[in-house]
Amino acid sequence: MNETRFRKRSIFLVLYILFALLPIYWMVNMSFKTNEEIVSSFSFFPHELTWANYARIFTDESWYSGYINSLIYVAINTVISLTVALPAAYAFSRYSFLGDKHVFFWLLTNRMTPPAVFLLPFFQLYSTVGLMDTHLGVALAHLLFNVPLAVWILEGFMSGIPREIDETAYIDGYSFPKFFVRIFLPLIKAGVGVAAFFCFMFSWVELLLARTLTSVNAKPIVATMTRTVSASGMDWATLAAAGVLTIVPGAIVIWFVRHYIAKGFAMGRV
Amino acid sequence: MNATNKPINQKAWWLVLPVLICVAFSAIVPLMTVVNYSVQDIISPDRRVFVGTEWFASVMRDDELHQALWRQLGFSLSVLLVEIPLGICLALSMPAKGWKSSAVLVVVALSLLIPWNVVGTIWQIYGRADIGLLGHALQKLGVDYNYTGSAADAWLTVLVMDVWHWTPLVALLCFAGLRSIPDAYYQAARIDGASKFAVFRYIQLPKMRGVLMIAVLLRFMDSFMIYTEPFVLTGGGPGNATTFLSQYLTQKAVGQFDLGPAAAFSLIYFLIILLFCFVLYNWMQRVGTQEVEKEQ
Repeated sequence: MNETRFRKRSIFLVLYILFALLPIYWMVNMSFKTNEEIVSSFSFFPHELTWANYARIFTDESWYSGYINSLIYVAINTVISLTVALPAAYAFSRYSFLGDKHVFFWLLTNRMTPPAVFLLPFFQLYSTVGLMDTHLGVALAHLLFNVPLAVWILEGFMSGIPREIDETAYIDGYSFPKFFVRIFLPLIKAGVGVAAFFCFMFSWVELLLARTLTSVNAKPIVATMTRTVSASGMDWATLAAAGVLTIVPGAIVIWFVRHYIAKGFAMGRV
Repeated sequence: MNATNKPINQKAWWLVLPVLICVAFSAIVPLMTVVNYSVQDIISPDRRVFVGTEWFASVMRDDELHQALWRQLGFSLSVLLVEIPLGICLALSMPAKGWKSSAVLVVVALSLLIPWNVVGTIWQIYGRADIGLLGHALQKLGVDYNYTGSAADAWLTVLVMDVWHWTPLVALLCFAGLRSIPDAYYQAARIDGASKFAVFRYIQLPKMRGVLMIAVLLRFMDSFMIYTEPFVLTGGGPGNATTFLSQYLTQKAVGQFDLGPAAAFSLIYFLIILLFCFVLYNWMQRVGTQEVEKEQ
């Protein structure tokens, strides 16, 4: 019985992976074709494989600087998000204090504002404080939706750790910072890994705020990409190549945090 | 957050303070500005007239908005009904150890990392019968599929695209939640001779409650504000079949440049999301506490 069960699971997994990979395969396929080939015929493989689309991105500074700008502000954002969210999530999961439930829910409400109209006041606010077109500006703006997310995810994982562990550690003579870094963090590895990946991901793909708050110096790749839509028609091939390249940094990030996600509690010291 | 006899400690505020500062910096001023817009008629930057709740009243009476709202609710509900069970199944079937686990994790996460405008563009090609794999395959199977012509096809395509795009978010959260369950629980279940379903129902599901709550709320609010993907894929058409709330809002705000009504619309929109999330959150909290009480 276990055998058939196992097989059913594997079949489901393989089917899902197929479903997940086919559109991505199509994008990779397109990125090696010329625009004429993309729109003229159906084919599983490029007839004349071309690297021109990738070459354009790697040689044109206005293209590749987009990736660098995005990486800079996403990194700043992820680091700040996790640094401020960890202690806060600990406070929410361990103590009750005045207004804790309200603040906790209010945090999440910041993700619920439809962006269209909010872009204008954002533009005005960041111009006033002189953060327009800086990496720090975009990173700060993205804190609005990443910090609440990180707090919620981390709080969920921290609440799963019994409080007795904290108390035992204090009795053993650990100070709070030492306990937090040495004992507590390893226990919620899975949560930290997921939170870090999601902060990276949401900031990486966010388009509207990042485009509004930048013009040249910090212009992100997602905004550069909108250039492929022009009066002379769509530049499908370049867009596909740029799309393939946007997956790469994120795939590397998840490769690094995979151990955190996959070996959460089991690796901890319990 | 569970209210189970946590010690009261007002000093915990100091741990929360950095978060408050970070978030409030970008949250309060824009929100107040939008509230400010929503009660004014902005004729030009220098000429503004206070109009009170007029915009709110006119937005509430807007028939097109009501239709967009119902379409939106139907869409978000479908998204939850498909993505949450699928995500749980996927998390349960993902291998836990070895190189396979790492490979599956990376493959599953890929679709999340594609910028949303690219997602729409890829599916635009992918769904075309002449040059796209999905459209081509469906046509070969004898299905009359055309997402630019048929309203049902367009709606389904947007849904499938969203499932493809966002199920990994649910799956990753659940997977991490599953991995946090200590082995001792499974051993105890094995000794009791519990069935696979019993293990899922009484161990895995309750332990995933926290991450599932986040997944449900995130998927609800994000799908309720879906904009870029359908805009690129179908442009809201054919007809109005895939014009969801935020696209209608953008048409008003940017297209007609009616800042006042658009701001009022945004606030109502925000309150609707808030209301639904609040109800969902409290409902899931209550289900959780009832489970804990039953155990005791």
